[in-house]
Amino acid sequence: MTILVVAEHDGTKVRSGVYSAVTVARDFAKTSGDNVELLVLGSGLDSVAADGARFGHVIVADHPLLANPTADRYARIIADVAKARDAVSIIANATTFAKDILPRAAALLSAAMAGDVTGYSFANGELLLRRPMYAGAATGVVTLDGRPQVITVRASAFPSAEPLDRSQECTAWNVEASKLPNHSEYVGLESRPTSRPELTEARVVVSGGRPFRTSEEFENYVGRLADALNGAAGCTRALVDAGIAPNEWQVGQTGKVVAPQLYVALGISGAVQHLAGMKNSRVVVAVNTDPEAPMFSIATYGLVGDVRQIVPELIRELGK
Amino acid sequence: MKILVPTKRVPSSDERVRIRPDGSGIEDAGLAYMINPFDAIALEEALHIREQRGSDVEVIAVGVGNADFENELHTALAMGADRALRIDFDGSLDPWSVATVLAAVAQREKPNLVLMGKQAVDDDANQAGQMLAGVLDWPQATFASKIEFVEPARLSVARETDRGLETILIQLPAVITTDLRLNEPRYASLPALMKAKKRPIETVSCQDLGISPEAKVRLVRLEPVTIDRTCERVADAAELVHKLRYEAKVI
Repeated sequence: MTILVVAEHDGTKVRSGVYSAVTVARDFAKTSGDNVELLVLGSGLDSVAADGARFGHVIVADHPLLANPTADRYARIIADVAKARDAVSIIANATTFAKDILPRAAALLSAAMAGDVTGYSFANGELLLRRPMYAGAATGVVTLDGRPQVITVRASAFPSAEPLDRSQECTAWNVEASKLPNHSEYVGLESRPTSRPELTEARVVVSGGRPFRTSEEFENYVGRLADALNGAAGCTRALVDAGIAPNEWQVGQTGKVVAPQLYVALGISGAVQHLAGMKNSRVVVAVNTDPEAPMFSIATYGLVGDVRQIVPELIRELGK
Repeated sequence: MKILVPTKRVPSSDERVRIRPDGSGIEDAGLAYMINPFDAIALEEALHIREQRGSDVEVIAVGVGNADFENELHTALAMGADRALRIDFDGSLDPWSVATVLAAVAQREKPNLVLMGKQAVDDDANQAGQMLAGVLDWPQATFASKIEFVEPARLSVARETDRGLETILIQLPAVITTDLRLNEPRYASLPALMKAKKRPIETVSCQDLGISPEAKVRLVRLEPVTIDRTCERVADAAELVHKLRYEAKVI
């Protein structure tokens, strides 16, 4: 039987978060003896498939109708592949791509799902999955009845898988175009171009809060410090609401959940919704004028002061 | 046009979540509840569509749960829902069983559009809407931050994704799940609440719907999350960089 990893990609390579899903899949396979297979969906997938094949056998659903990730079509293919391969688990890393599509695929399979999984254990042959609830204030330990089990994992919670010694085969999946749903249409994607790493994949994240009142200010302080640390830039909900930063940069319960090696919070007081998005970071630095800011209570290092003064000093020190 | 707005009853966001000592769930004695904030956004959007398009739009708030839910459904009526429907159920629910209940409600009510929150702030699952769309074989638009009619039965939806703002077109009937920035829900005024309390809430049993919801996700236990970091205060930028380099070794 198969443990199916649904591999998100950028059109050229599988996204690095997928490696963590492969780690979990391989570990499950060690216990169960199942095969780990990757599924990639899209159009013009030769290089994506070759990249995925470094980690395992790849099933390639390649068709012009799959050029963009519309949930109805992708979920249909995922469910069909899962049935054909007798999948016992379907695993993906927890991004909006998987959160949109996997629950729908689960429904087509009458399967149970657990999202944002951060850990697991086996007890009496049963898989116990750990996942955050109540904005991260609690961890739920859950089991999923029936097969397949559909799971999204937080990439930051698991190490990246290593490629195999030699690449595995790719098998084309026969996409029956006439059977694909045809009632939604992709129009386009609007994002602020950035040369920085993706928030959820970055080793260092520098985030800014209310002290930054314009996009320029945000860029001059948060952006520059992020660049000095080769990190990603993030922000609080307030900055997105004010139009200062694009919404894909928001860290928090309803934004992105990150757990980098280093999280630098600049002028962020530490509302519980923001903490839900970053509190599992390995090292947290808080810089704030208010010594009582809740962010200090979960920080590793705290520096009381004005971010406008401290950030240029930090950049200077980092250059030494 | 009929819009169905499924809602969930969740602990009020003003409450600190306390976990029972045996880990079986949260301490619910004396706990205040509210409509899941994302569902309130969905209801607001439905009311907004009705205001834009006129009186041929009917907005129906739905809740799945026991009689305690009536309080939140009265709030939905006070906000402006035309009808409120409670599916009487006292067992444990998960996104899958909720989706099967809502699919049965959709078959009965035949809405053109289902608008619901992208996730509930208690279990943070983010699944029920997508599962409902899958069961009904309807198109879906998740994490919506803008909804516009481009034709009478065709909507343009802007979706908040990790990569940016994605726009898709969907044909009705459809399921849309709402994100934070779609709108700011109105408050139910006190007089409206008083008036709403007198209005009946239609109650339907699962038997009436011909279903027996069964949860497949079982909560084994709930554990509190504690962060055991003690903040070390540093004097200046130089000391901080030194610590990050040589003590934490993260840069």
